[in-house]
This record gives sequence, C-alpha cells and structure tokens, in this order.
Amino acid sequence: MLRPFLLWKTANCCKDLTQAYITEFSKDLIPWGTFYEEIMFNIFKLATRNLQRYRRRTLLTSMLITLGVVAVLLFISISGSFKAMMIGQITDSMLGHIQVHRKGYLASIDSLPLDRNLKGKQVAMVKEILDKNEAVEAYSMRIKLGAMFSNFTETTNIRLNAVNPAQEMQTVPMLVDRIIKGKKEGLLEKGEILVPELIAKGMRVKIGDTIVLVATNKDGSVNGQPFIVRGILEGISGPGGRDGFIHLHDARTLLRIEDKEISEIAIRLKNMNLLDKVFAGIKGQLGPIKNKMDKPVFEVHTWQKLTPFFNIARMIDLMTFFIKIMLVAIVLVSIMNVMVMAVYERINEIGTIAAIGTVPNKILSLFVVEGFLLGIFGTFVGVVTSLAAIAWMNAAQINFDFGRQKGLLLAPTISAGDILTVAATVIVIAVLASLQPAWKAARMDPITALRHV
Amino acid sequence: MSLIIARQLTKTYIAGDIEVRAIRGVDFTIEPASFVSFVGPSGSGKSTLLNMIGCLDPPTSGSLEVVGQDTTQLNRRQAALFRGEHIGFVFQDFNLIPVLTVFENVEYPLQMVQNLPKQKRQDQVRELLKAVGMGDQGAKFPNQISGGQKQRVAVARALVTNARLVLADEPTANLDRKTANLIIGLMKEMRDEFGTTFIFSTHDPKVVGNAETIFTLEDGKLL
Repeated sequence: MLRPFLLWKTANCCKDLTQAYITEFSKDLIPWGTFYEEIMFNIFKLATRNLQRYRRRTLLTSMLITLGVVAVLLFISISGSFKAMMIGQITDSMLGHIQVHRKGYLASIDSLPLDRNLKGKQVAMVKEILDKNEAVEAYSMRIKLGAMFSNFTETTNIRLNAVNPAQEMQTVPMLVDRIIKGKKEGLLEKGEILVPELIAKGMRVKIGDTIVLVATNKDGSVNGQPFIVRGILEGISGPGGRDGFIHLHDARTLLRIEDKEISEIAIRLKNMNLLDKVFAGIKGQLGPIKNKMDKPVFEVHTWQKLTPFFNIARMIDLMTFFIKIMLVAIVLVSIMNVMVMAVYERINEIGTIAAIGTVPNKILSLFVVEGFLLGIFGTFVGVVTSLAAIAWMNAAQINFDFGRQKGLLLAPTISAGDILTVAATVIVIAVLASLQPAWKAARMDPITALRHV
Repeated sequence: MSLIIARQLTKTYIAGDIEVRAIRGVDFTIEPASFVSFVGPSGSGKSTLLNMIGCLDPPTSGSLEVVGQDTTQLNRRQAALFRGEHIGFVFQDFNLIPVLTVFENVEYPLQMVQNLPKQKRQDQVRELLKAVGMGDQGAKFPNQISGGQKQRVAVARALVTNARLVLADEPTANLDRKTANLIIGLMKEMRDEFGTTFIFSTHDPKVVGNAETIFTLEDGKLL
C-alpha cells in the first residue's frame, strides 16, 4: 500500500515545493468542511488530553474561574433584583415613569409652589398629546400642596398629593399596596385622607378619625377643611415617600382653585424599556411650546431626575463593573499562569512536534485551545452553580430590610444577556491570556526546544 | 538522482563572544534508499549536520538540496511543511507524546501534519505498527512500554508519512546493546521494505558497523 505512494512521490520529488504540496494535498483532499472540523477536533482532543495531564492544576484553575463567575453572576442577580425592586417601588407607587411640570416647578418643589401650577389650558394641551401617544399606559393629574394637619389637640405640617383616585391607581398601581391600615379598594373618596405612617403615629390618629387640614392658597388666604382618615400609608425612601393623599376635588375646594390647574402630571408607560424614546418624543412635543414671553412652558423629566435613588442604582452598576474587572483579572492571571507553566513544562514536546512538521499556527492553536477549554469549563460550572444558587434563593423566600421598609423579598433573577456577556468575557479573556504563552511556543526554535531538559 | 547534495556547506554560530565554526565547508551526496551513518566524537558537528539536512537549522553558507528542494531558502513554515512531507525523525530520547497512545503517537504526523482522512491514516498506522512489531501495543501509553519499544514506535512515526528520508540522532544512545542492534536491524529492514533513506549519527563503533555508507566528521570537516 505504501509503495505506490512512495513511487508517486519519487517521481514528483524535484518539482517545485508548492506545486508538490498542492498535488499531494489534492490527492488526499478531505471535503472542505470536514477537513477543518477534523483538524479542530484533533486539536481539541490533544488539548483536552494535555489538560488532563495535570488534573489538580486544571481543576484549581477552573475552580478559580468558577468562583469568579459565581461571584459576578450572584452580584448581578442580587443587586439587579434589589435595584429592580427599588425602582419598581419608586416608579409604581410614587413617581410614575415620566413627569410633566410647569417650567421652573421642579427647582422649587421643596416649597410646593402653587403659583407654578400648570393652567387648565396647558393641562389640556398635555392631555391631548398623551392621549395620542400609544406608548403611554396611563397618566395622573396631581396638585401638590403643603398644609397644617390638626387632630384638634395637636398640629403638624404635612405634604399632600391631591389625586384623581382612578387615574392614580392606573399610573402608580403599587400605591394601594402601601396602605398598611384601612380600606384599599378605590384608593380614597372625596372627604377622605390617606395619612403617612409617621404622622399617624406622631399625631395618634386612627382609621375613621376626623382631622382638619388647613392650607394657604396662592393668594395668601387660609382655609380649613375636615377629612376622615381612610388609611395609613407606609413610608418609602425618597421624595414623596412620606406624603399624604387627598382627592383632587378636595384640594380644589381647600385651596379655592377655580381653574383646572395641576402641579404635576405623572405618566406611566406600557413598556419601561422604551423610556428614553417616549421621553424624547414627549419632550420634543412639549419643549417647543412657548409662553407670551417666548419662554418654554413645560418641563419634562424621567423618574431618574426625580429621585436620588437613581444615583444609588448607578453606584450599583459601577460596583458591578468593578466586580467584572476583578473577574477579568482573575481569569487573566490564572490562565496565563497555567499556560506559561504548560509551555515551560512541554518545551521538549514542542520541539518534537515542530521537528516532525507541525506548523507554528497549529502549535499556537493547541495552547490557545487549552486556555479556551479551561475558560469554557470554569464558566460552565460557574453558570450552573450560579443558576442553582439563584433558584435556591428564590425558593427559600429570603426577606430583608431596607431603611424603614421591612420584610422585603429578595427575588434575584439573571437575564440570558447577562449570562452570555459574563461567559463571553471570561472565554475571550481566557483565549487572550493563552495567546502570549501560545505565541512563545509557536515561535520556539525546534533545536533549542529539543535540547531542553 | 541523489537524494541529498551538499556543496561547501558551512555552519557558524556565536556562543557568547566566541564564533564557533561547527561545519566547515563539507561536500557530500547521499543516494536514495541508502543506510548512512555520520560518526565522530562529541562536538565534531554530527548533530549540526543532521539538523541542517532536516531543515531544522539553516546553513550559514553553501548549498543543500534535499529531495530535489533547495532547503537553504525555506522559511519557518515552509521548512515545517517540507519536514512533515519528506523527513522523519528518530530521537535519542524517543520523544513520544506522553498523553497519546502508541497508536495516536504514530498517527500524529498524519493527523496533525498531513491531515489525511481517518480511514487512510488508520490503515497506514496499523501497517507501520505491524511492520515494527508493535501491532498489538497500540492502545498502550508511552510510559507503559520499554525503551526499545518506544524507539520502535518512534521509527514507525518517522516512517508513517512515507518519508523519503529518516534522520536519527544517536538513536541507540539510550538503549542496551541488544536492543540497539535490534533497532538498527529494524531500520535496515524498513529501508529494504519502503526504500527510505536512513541517516543516523552515532559514536558507537558497534552500531557504525551496520551502516553501508559512513561519513566521519572531525572538527566540522569530513575526513
């Protein structure tokens, strides 16, 4: 069987080298796809065997990568759950996703200025725009005011949101969940008030008690009106988290507002992921509207501008980023260390395979694939462990406290996108970390390598 | 036509501050299917000469034609391809890949160098292993066989690619006398069966006796 082949080769021995290779390889050519599949399979097989050669070292390196992957994925899932919960609470029980005010209102929001309310005509313009916007699920008109709260023996000050209950429940559906005492259905009726927990405790008021609200309108005249305590509201972190609620109609009578003026319009979107796009659209429609003095009438803000929690969320993102950097460093150092050792220990072997005709690129591939496999193995175990840990945490129903909020449920989740990003990062870094040692192996002089003891 | 033609071949290298003239203008030709030995004391230039013939080390000057190819102009990749195609190597320390079985070691050049289809390469490996008397040892790993067996496997690996030329640098240095003679005998047998040229270096006079052509080297010159 070998003889005819050898005779064929002898006949071609003096031809140009390239021509000889082309002829030679054409003779035994494997179909294109199969050819590369087989080469890759062989490289992977050899790389796997080499990794098995030092099992303990391979295992330790993979464990290090696994630990890094688990740390990152758990941090992302837990912090993500915390972030999503806090953002959800803030947007779904207080702020909505976008708010529209009269220009300059937000700068002086601490004093709840009544003279910076949107006029009825301006409110109608906003309504018209929002009604046409298909991305808007609901919106709620609010009058925000400061008042004196009296239980007939004591008086304190209170911040109030006067709302249309139906609109408010559609815009901030989690508001009813903050009612810790009293009737939740329908939120509230005319003549009723939802009192924040702190004031209810401090003023010793109970459900069904009558209290009086005294407020000064924008002209400076004072008016008082009795209210029945309908419910006690749980406070949450951030501005507005300790506000009371009354009916919009009651605010108008208390403040003697005749025009249908409004302090703010809170908007809920059908899909929060479209926040930036919808915000830009609404801003683009309201921004160019000017008053008689050619000044803008409206200001539009996303929830991110309205709560300091957004900065905490950004800090969490920043921490996640630094933890990812640490993961990259762990993978880089551990893989590089292992691969440098692997090359050093196999110098003689590299010389042998180079001498018998293995081209430098293939030697490089052998070592890069080893690093790649280490990365894959570590990542796979890390992802499986993380998913198991996340499932366990969800099954265990872990509760925690945040500020004044007690018993919050930890519900960590992780998106496929996050898993893929972390896995891809680890694998790419594993390959990059093996490149230098692999390059060194591929460039090694066969004679020097063969002499190495 | 000669298999190897060397004209005024020299090799000089720098060791520290000293210029070492390892090979000093040698001329020789080697015919196909010959059984050649380079002999000489340590440092005489035997290994350097074999490395040049094997395209592992380029000559400093002179011309060297191996299997009809001027090998002095080959770059690193071309030299690797040329070796994979035409030259087999047998090393003093056997140099088998420890993570591969005997069968896989012999298969390696066909698989990773010549990229032959599975069936064809497995047939060739089986044939070669049988020829070197290792047909029933294919599943063993190098650490499970003796030195002599390792060298048989190394010979099979060198021949499996249908190499026209096998270079063996001190192939019997790590073997006892009996095994050494068996290996030299095996190499001769392979030459007879496949028409492969064997060139080996040695300083063992009893092994030299088996060679049909002997080149004696001293201080980089052929005597």
